[in-house]
Amino acid sequence: MQSREYPEIGEKLYEATLADGLRIRVVPKAGFSSYFAAFAVNYGGAHRRFELDGKKIDTPAGIAHFLEHKMFDMPSGDSAINILSANGADPNAFTSEDVTCYYFECTHSFEENLRLLLRFVSTPYFTAETVEKEQGIIGQEIRMGEDDPGDALYYNLYKLLYPEHPVKDRIAGTVESIAEISDKTLYDCYNMFYRPSNMILSVAGDVDPVKVLKIAEEELSPELLSVPVADFPRFETMLPAENFICENMEVSAPQFMIGAKMRPEQDGEKALRQDLVAKLSLRLLAGYSSPLYTKLYSAGLLSRNFDYECNVTAGTGALILGGESPDPKEVLNAFKLEVQRINKDGLDPVRFERAKRASLGARLRGLEDFENVCVSLIFCLFEGYCAFDALNVLGSITREECEEFIREHFAPERLALSVIEAKRS
Amino acid sequence: MEYSRTELMSGVWLTHLRSDKFKTACLSLNLLAQLKRDSASMNALIPYVLRRGTVQYGDMEAISARLDELYGVAIEPVVRRIGEIQCFGFYSSIPEDDFLPDGQKVLEESCGLMAEMLIAPATRGGLFLPQYVESEKEKLLQIIRGRINNKEGYAVSRCVEEMCCYEDFAVSAVGSESECENVDYKTLTKHYRKMLQSCPIEIFYCGRSSKKTVVSALNDALMPLPRGEIDYDIGTDVRMNSVEEQPRYVEEQLDVGQGKLCMGFRLGECMEEPDTAAIHVFSAVFGGGTSSKLFANVREKSSLCYYASSAVNIAKGIMLVASGIEFKNFERAKSEILAQLDAIRAGDISDEELTAAKSGVASDLRSFTDSKGELEGFYLTRVLQGEDYGPTDMALLVDEVTKEQVVKIAQSVELDLIYFLKGMEEAEYAEP
Repeated sequence: MQSREYPEIGEKLYEATLADGLRIRVVPKAGFSSYFAAFAVNYGGAHRRFELDGKKIDTPAGIAHFLEHKMFDMPSGDSAINILSANGADPNAFTSEDVTCYYFECTHSFEENLRLLLRFVSTPYFTAETVEKEQGIIGQEIRMGEDDPGDALYYNLYKLLYPEHPVKDRIAGTVESIAEISDKTLYDCYNMFYRPSNMILSVAGDVDPVKVLKIAEEELSPELLSVPVADFPRFETMLPAENFICENMEVSAPQFMIGAKMRPEQDGEKALRQDLVAKLSLRLLAGYSSPLYTKLYSAGLLSRNFDYECNVTAGTGALILGGESPDPKEVLNAFKLEVQRINKDGLDPVRFERAKRASLGARLRGLEDFENVCVSLIFCLFEGYCAFDALNVLGSITREECEEFIREHFAPERLALSVIEAKRS
Repeated sequence: MEYSRTELMSGVWLTHLRSDKFKTACLSLNLLAQLKRDSASMNALIPYVLRRGTVQYGDMEAISARLDELYGVAIEPVVRRIGEIQCFGFYSSIPEDDFLPDGQKVLEESCGLMAEMLIAPATRGGLFLPQYVESEKEKLLQIIRGRINNKEGYAVSRCVEEMCCYEDFAVSAVGSESECENVDYKTLTKHYRKMLQSCPIEIFYCGRSSKKTVVSALNDALMPLPRGEIDYDIGTDVRMNSVEEQPRYVEEQLDVGQGKLCMGFRLGECMEEPDTAAIHVFSAVFGGGTSSKLFANVREKSSLCYYASSAVNIAKGIMLVASGIEFKNFERAKSEILAQLDAIRAGDISDEELTAAKSGVASDLRSFTDSKGELEGFYLTRVLQGEDYGPTDMALLVDEVTKEQVVKIAQSVELDLIYFLKGMEEAEYAEP
């Protein structure tokens, strides 16, 4: 096992790749009571179509998420959730567009819990009966999501940005699409994607990294197997299909997201730099200390709910700003004007240095939480870089890079606006 | 972790927890007041208006620029209620000096800025700036109206509102629309000056700095704080029984696809001398997570929902059960939930269920020591409850809880009100 010191964040990271291709990352945290372990596969809601032995295969929307629910069932008839819970652990899982992640947090019996995590995720067990039963539970999860304005905003925005790409569909699918799922389709997808070479194990806590490695070697098959290539639509254009979409829901005031596409860098080092430049640019444009945000907030055009993100997933990239406003179109106009102003005048050097300082504090905060540490290590590693390198690279980002990024990505024709308005009674 | 409590000045208390575990320190400052319908919105507005500008940093942009300069120190308004005590002030997260370049230090500056926000707001003629007050009123109204945007949270808050309609607990931490609309900058300034002098203040710090350093930084920063007679007459009225003999029923219709069932209970006579550890274990057995009876039966066995869980509020002596269901499954879900409670009352708790519940609650408590946010909330609640122990001490009490204690609490619990949020087209969902 190799280790790397990160003195600027006070962490040491242990890394290994097993013979079966599984990548392991361990962050020892002496003096802490909790342990966190996440076992993730590079397979999610957007992996609906893929190529296997030269043949294109299509699967129903929501299948990766359905698998996530059913993986906890053990051949013994018991559920891994029950066994982990009985051990005092708090198990859970989530599915994103391109990752399914199983994890637990606990304060004792860590090694036993880790073994169980590795075991249940590598032991598929589905029957027609249990699949049918889960359709009721997931059906309610889907309904809950459909009543959520935040979800609707997000998927509507992706319909504008990526109309041909499965990222525009709900990860959990629809009540209709999950009706097509059977125990057989679950086995097929499981067998194709759940292979150690396509997976990462990430652990934080007061642990011996070598012990973690040994447990993984003991629990997982040593065979190195390949996985099918996801067939995502090609990145044709940087322009959204349309610039505006609006839906009516039960909300108190208009909710909005402004979005622009970003072509994700393929090379890991470049991808990290792109992520940092994107986030710093967004902070400078619309962060809490930006002239744009403070002006819109004071003018009553933004409420207390406002945030921004750079979202890279399943080969897509998007820069998103969202919140609540009595007049989302006016917010979009103000945003366009601010971009225009920066394109003309450039970024203020003093503000630029301050924004970098603020990013430093924000990144330190992000390292406090084990779940956040383990999950971001996983997501970044699937994108080809190490999350812990961020602070080192941040220092080298230049003002010119951010100016160039803003000029390229936020041209008026590249912006799309998704709005949820209140129902008219 | 070294724990201490110090009275800095009249009615201003510091809870200090020294720990080297974290990369950012936590510093919170809370004014404490009785939660009342006619003052809740005013109190909730105060930290937000204060955050808009100070004497030295006149507007948000200037404050934010200063925070950025201090390596992203965050000082955010925080408003919450613990039982019927409203807590309002600031929550700050401060990068530890060890991680800053060139030996920079930001604790003193952060304390100074937070104190300046509290004591020296931007004013004209001694009054808050009307444009800041009006603007923050509008934001608060958006928050109050916006609770409908999250249907799960909306159902729970409506259930509490209806269940406690004769109690101050019906008032949310941010107050109501009508009260908020009536606030003006003159009355708010007057109210603020009164609260600043009379409210007990709880400060919490957790981080690498010694008690001496923190006390000295806070004493310097808070020197100009005016203190008058402190109003210690704050507390929570715990109602032991349900309001009517039969559980009340309230329903509401919105254009939604999923129904939200929320059931409000009184914890009952066990609140006479509440055994916090046992009540938490009871809630964990009933509906506190994946090992609970609600998860195992309402979700896993009956496939009625994606979520069904219980949560206790011991400060107020109530329990809420929440679930998202198909409209037509209302009766089934309700009976199934009550059947699980009855099972506990009848002593139907397996050793596995009890062990898992205890282990889960104890584990949560032990993991609190790894999170400053959890520690802050835990200690503030303990102080307000007049209890003096840490999460690890409480975890030891949890280990001791017996099945008999859990059964007794279940027997003491009383259903008070059922709230159901359903869709617009009632007929469509009727049972065939």
